[in-house]
Amino acid sequence: MSADRPGAAPDPWARLARLTPARIGLGRVGSGLPTREVLRFGLAHAQARDAVHTPLDAEAVAAGIAALGFETIPVASAAPDRATYLRRPDLGRALTEAGAAALAARGDGPVDLALVVADGLSARAVHEGAAGFLAAFKPHIDRAGWRLAPVVVATQGRVALGDGIGAALKARAVVMIIGERPGLSSPDSLGLYLTFGPRVGRSDAERNCISNVRPAGLSHDLAAFKLDWLLTQAFALGLSGVNLKDGSGPALDAAPGLPRLGDGSPAEADPA
Amino acid sequence: MAYRHVVGPRTHVFADLATLMAKATPVRSGDRLAGIAAESAEEEVAARWCLAEVPLREILARPLIPYEADDVTRLVLDTHDAAAFAEIAPLTVGDFREFLLTAPSETLARIAPGVTPEIAAAVCKLMRNQDLILVARKCRVVTRFRNTIGLPGRLAVRLQPNHPTDDAAGITASILDGLSYGCGDAVIGLNPASDSVSTLSGLLHLFDDLIRRLEIPTQGCILTHVTTTIEAMNRGLPVDLVFQSIAGTQGANAGFGVTLPILKEAHEAALALKRGTVGDNCMYFETGQGSALSAGQHHGIDQQTLEARAYAVARPFRPLLVNTVVGFIGPEYLYDGKEIIRAGLEDHFCGKLMGVPLGVDVCYTNHAEADQNDMDTLLTLLGAAGCNFIMGVPGADDVMLNYQSTSFHDSLYLREVLGLKRAPEFEAWLARIGLTDADGALLPEGPSARLIAAAPGLARSGLAA
Repeated sequence: MSADRPGAAPDPWARLARLTPARIGLGRVGSGLPTREVLRFGLAHAQARDAVHTPLDAEAVAAGIAALGFETIPVASAAPDRATYLRRPDLGRALTEAGAAALAARGDGPVDLALVVADGLSARAVHEGAAGFLAAFKPHIDRAGWRLAPVVVATQGRVALGDGIGAALKARAVVMIIGERPGLSSPDSLGLYLTFGPRVGRSDAERNCISNVRPAGLSHDLAAFKLDWLLTQAFALGLSGVNLKDGSGPALDAAPGLPRLGDGSPAEADPA
Repeated sequence: MAYRHVVGPRTHVFADLATLMAKATPVRSGDRLAGIAAESAEEEVAARWCLAEVPLREILARPLIPYEADDVTRLVLDTHDAAAFAEIAPLTVGDFREFLLTAPSETLARIAPGVTPEIAAAVCKLMRNQDLILVARKCRVVTRFRNTIGLPGRLAVRLQPNHPTDDAAGITASILDGLSYGCGDAVIGLNPASDSVSTLSGLLHLFDDLIRRLEIPTQGCILTHVTTTIEAMNRGLPVDLVFQSIAGTQGANAGFGVTLPILKEAHEAALALKRGTVGDNCMYFETGQGSALSAGQHHGIDQQTLEARAYAVARPFRPLLVNTVVGFIGPEYLYDGKEIIRAGLEDHFCGKLMGVPLGVDVCYTNHAEADQNDMDTLLTLLGAAGCNFIMGVPGADDVMLNYQSTSFHDSLYLREVLGLKRAPEFEAWLARIGLTDADGALLPEGPSARLIAAAPGLARSGLAA
């Protein structure tokens, strides 16, 4: 198993590996990888695949969110199953007519904010992170006094599904909390997509994205702080997207107990 | 004009050439997403029968996207080499397949300027995977900047040292790791996380310094938008190659923020720097099936044909490197390993047939139905097909772009199995510094201390000790 045994060439670069998360200094056995590295890669890929294909346990997710004191509504996109979802991103972005009608029936009048929790490309990210993030974000909602629609728990959803949901709920802004396309070392990453004035047909350039929300990435508290900042700006300016640059850095510097973090940029593309 | 093919009691009708080409394409998810794929297995083969009987002259005479509407069509027709085409002009698409199977390399090189992307795409649809390999292997497209890429029996590797925050020490560590496996002859090419010119400046100097200090016969490239690279050249920064993603329609290129005049401006600026030592091929393009549909600029044309049109965009700029990033775009365009493998072979074939120096980023994302075994298969097939270059990503895991490609080790595998050598100048350098033996095989104890000591950032930070 070890690259150190006779026949396996020791790799002189292993100590450089701490300079980068890239897989360097792996060693080699002839032209191949040591068994250890083949298995490590295999495990990481297996976890990413499972993240994509594990069905969302929408009831459990809704129960966890309800326990925080939120109302919830379940909704399904127009993609009937995972295989269709992966081939037809257009269906994952669309509500069924029945779904849109059900949402409209539940919404009672204009609200400031609609929150949507969707499986996207990693149900695992939602299972492990959605309730925790909402717990961190709830005090920001309370402090700002935003009127909130029931939290929508969506299956087979892509980012733009939030546009139809936000419109049906008559929300001034929608935030899609969605499982991101898993990387080999990040199967559990949530993305937060803010869209002001949600309606079907919004482009990705009209959204702001906070990415990499996961234990080894951006913490729930920091993500909540950034989302609060972006939402406040979006409501003040009446827009979101490329014309709303993330300037939460200086605000974070002034906020006690929160370290500085990287940029939260306009959404470049639909990752889910 | 409608096309018809009769199969027993059924007559299959195809409204026009674009429809016929789309239906004749081996079915893939992207064409289904666009609503243009064959609707039955029989229809797909009926379209191929029908396409086989279409004369090449007719394809030339019927642009899939009108001349007036699209500058890629204008480029293809305005620069078409009628003399080169004359040799194949009497043929149908089916004849052309048979012509290609028997033509020697010299003939293929001679006709390349007469092959339009639509002609390449049409014949591609009639070819099995083994045809795509056999013919592409005979097409040699050799390019030069500081070394020679594309010679028979050789395979180059782009060393891809991406880092999530463009950290100089982290990037340098990945470069040294890749060099120690004998990778980097195609280019040392980084996808930066940031597109600011100040970040770019630091990275360009880092690459230039490393290449000079180690006297590596290769070229560096920071894969940022062409307009940013133009700005870098205007500021006097050390730019070897100009990079740009391109696609097969004017509208899709507009989606990338690029036009043919911008590419021309960048090409002329890079030529003027005269930084190549053995040649002046100084452009690097990336492409991939599905990009035009993704941008909503596909004109109802199938994605494989549009991909070939992207090579027509590249061709006049005499690029050093062009690669399809075949599985990067996701399963809505190429669903699984089978579709990715087919597309990789198609792209490589079409590029080579058109005289474009094709390499392939053999890759997939975690939501595609594919894994490293599929990549091993495609890699091996491309090695047999004489692919100019592949990617070398540490451990095949790109930690910045979040996808899986081929690794430094994968290139060693391919060299061992198929006996493929590196670019000759680079191979000689590796032997000179004592990393490889005379046959190009890695020695057990490489000159690690010397490589590390020569790396500027690492030396300064004391890591060379």
